[in-house]
Amino acid sequence: MNLSYMNILKSTLAILAVLLIAPFSAEAQVAVKAQTVYTMDGQTLSNGVVLVKDGKIERVGTASQISIPDSYTVYEAAVVSPGLVDARTVVGLAGIYNQDSDQDQLETSNAIQPQLRAIDAYNAREELVAFVMNKGVTTLHTGHGPGALASGQTMIAKTGYHTVEEAVVDTTAMIAMTLGSGVSRNFKSPGTRAKGMAMLRQKFIDAKEYAEKRNSENSPSMDLEMEALADVLAGKVTALITAQKANDIMTALRLKEEFNFNMVLDGAAEAYLVLDEIKEAGIPVIVHPTMVRTYGDTQNASFETAGKLHKAGIPFAFQSGYEGYVPKTRIILFEAAIAVANGLPKEAALQALTLDAAKILGIDERVGSLSAGKDADLVLYDGDPFEYTTHVTGVIVDGRVVKGD
Amino acid sequence: MKRSFIYFLFFALLFPLASAAQENVQVFKGAKIIPIAGDEIESGVLVIKDGKISAVGNEDDVSIPSSANVIDASGKVIMPGLVDPHSHIGEGDGGDRSSALHPDVRILDAIDPRSDSFNKALAGGITSVNVMPGSGHLMSGQTVYLKLRDANIIEDMLFTDDPEVEVSGGLKMANGTNPIGEGAFPGTRAKSAAMVRDLFIKAREYRDKIQKADGDPEKMPKRNPGMEALVEVLEGKRIVHNHTHRHDDILTAIRLSEEFGYRLVLHHVSEAWKVADEIAEAGVPASIIVLDSPGGKMEAVDIRYTNGPELEEAGALVGYHTDDGITDSRIFLRSAAFGVRAGMSRQKALEAVTIANAKMMDIEHRVGTLEKGKDADFVILSGDPLSVYTHIEQTWVEGRKRFDRSDPEDKKFATGGYDVFRGTFHSHDN
Repeated sequence: MNLSYMNILKSTLAILAVLLIAPFSAEAQVAVKAQTVYTMDGQTLSNGVVLVKDGKIERVGTASQISIPDSYTVYEAAVVSPGLVDARTVVGLAGIYNQDSDQDQLETSNAIQPQLRAIDAYNAREELVAFVMNKGVTTLHTGHGPGALASGQTMIAKTGYHTVEEAVVDTTAMIAMTLGSGVSRNFKSPGTRAKGMAMLRQKFIDAKEYAEKRNSENSPSMDLEMEALADVLAGKVTALITAQKANDIMTALRLKEEFNFNMVLDGAAEAYLVLDEIKEAGIPVIVHPTMVRTYGDTQNASFETAGKLHKAGIPFAFQSGYEGYVPKTRIILFEAAIAVANGLPKEAALQALTLDAAKILGIDERVGSLSAGKDADLVLYDGDPFEYTTHVTGVIVDGRVVKGD
Repeated sequence: MKRSFIYFLFFALLFPLASAAQENVQVFKGAKIIPIAGDEIESGVLVIKDGKISAVGNEDDVSIPSSANVIDASGKVIMPGLVDPHSHIGEGDGGDRSSALHPDVRILDAIDPRSDSFNKALAGGITSVNVMPGSGHLMSGQTVYLKLRDANIIEDMLFTDDPEVEVSGGLKMANGTNPIGEGAFPGTRAKSAAMVRDLFIKAREYRDKIQKADGDPEKMPKRNPGMEALVEVLEGKRIVHNHTHRHDDILTAIRLSEEFGYRLVLHHVSEAWKVADEIAEAGVPASIIVLDSPGGKMEAVDIRYTNGPELEEAGALVGYHTDDGITDSRIFLRSAAFGVRAGMSRQKALEAVTIANAKMMDIEHRVGTLEKGKDADFVILSGDPLSVYTHIEQTWVEGRKRFDRSDPEDKKFATGGYDVFRGTFHSHDN
């Protein structure tokens, strides 16, 4: 092959690449028009327009308020919402194949390992990340799963990127902890609920002492496990406690009360039995997938729990959670839809999927609503987002069209 | 004197009841009726008598008997009771680990007719169900077709009066990775197929011996319940329900059915979209499942929502199943809606939770459509069956109301909650 032929080939390939990639890649300026725009910023617009520039939302308004500049690429949809926030998942750590080699959400060598970082295990190219993205998820709170007293850390990432460095929003969001019968299946000790609590309390007491000593002259050598728990005690990192049964929820609240850390309740299948207590403790809930299987600790799960949390005024968000078999992940849009069919108002569901999830994760300055200056994360639908027969027709992450027609 | 008095009492008590039953005509009027067989009826009438459908049609065309109990169902939608051709409700089991092949094992001997899971299925509008043993064997046992009547004993739920005489179930088989194992189990796919062929060759010989004996008890082979079930399969009286995922496993299941001439329904069929034409060409029905995401096992990595429309387009008989607890019986209609979402026609998607499945269980003469003479199994819906916002308000089996969402004791089976599902499939954790 001679040189000039190579050059022609190269430039042809380059043009082809641009042609192929263009519809899905960086477009500095995008306009999205929709019959209904759920801004989650105070109002729902009819015939709305969202202007996107340099990865951020530039302007939001009605078609009569906003004239779209010629240089903007225009997308149309029936409905537009902010990008969805999956408030608790393991995708990226738990892979599609469900083989030992792609399951990094739970380390079973020790029941307490808060030092394990999610960023060291997150696979941005995991197929399930792309799968949930195509169903509207633009932000993932992912990381270590349930199943250990403290399984490790969680992180927040955007979908639509190829490396963890590009994707990451928060490297250390929370420490994942679990109370309930599931832990004893994964570890020899604890074998009981009471033992598990005793072990956790001891670790927090150790971490308290460690933190005090680290600030003294005779500082002990650095201990990653103690550092992680000390960060929880110092309020720098939130405890994400998975507890499904009412007694386990109350145990989680007791632990929070004793050590006075920031806490988010995860799962909460029997939350409807202790709504007042959860509300009084001021704890937000990342509720179990609505369609969670009714056995084990989630045996008493109800389709109506999200609706009841809303009615009680408890902040909550949706999650895809952890799945050990098929399907390997759930889809938060679908889980929210079943909640809407069972008592949760539609707007409240959209808010839980976007702004409320962002607030619980502490990222509402950047995502969760279509407000000027926020990240340009949008989902386009061809109908009512919750209806079974509606499709997600487009997804935009940081201004890039990552799924489009 | 005494005896005649007893007779008198007997008739006095019995006769009014009997006549009441005969005149027990129920009419549902004003609903949109989706009979599945034929066009949807905007304002229809459904007439029920003695547990059967005696008429269905337009308000103008169907005469309502004066003695009938007329229920105004305006604003509602009525469609046939759903037929689930693959479920694990009822807390039954199947073959054990002593062998990979258990043609003699019957799940009807293991089901708890009082299981909460039957209420769960009724809350989802399911009235007929194929309850199957699992997929951890090449042949895990005989399945049973059940009608979700109010039952105290399993016999109350069967499609037949005598399961010893009449076949009313299929045979569960599986290929691919699930039946692979140690000891008595195959280590490879090829070995799996060889073991199945081996057994069917024996069954063929058993059948030939019976035919040769020609009724002579001296010449009859020793009775073997497993072989008897396989002979029913070879004679086309018992359908093989074959769990299969990968495209090559699908074709292997078809190949074996053709070699031995048995009737086959493919189940799950995750990679159906790759071999839809071959499935249609073979004339083999496909009972598929909706999984919200792919993966969880190597064989399900390539499952697609488009299996439904691909099979429809290829011309195969296609239906959905719950595989409860893999998907939830309470939202079985969601599978049909997801079919439409992926490109299926409305008609075929609705058939895929009713008559298509009835055909896969040889019960299409009894259930699956709203037609005169069929069992009065139907559901009353609050709206369109393919909408997430629609609730199943009532489920009727053979003219009796079995689920009523307006009754809080029933509604809890639709929503779940504290102490609702007590006896589900978690027992195998112990």
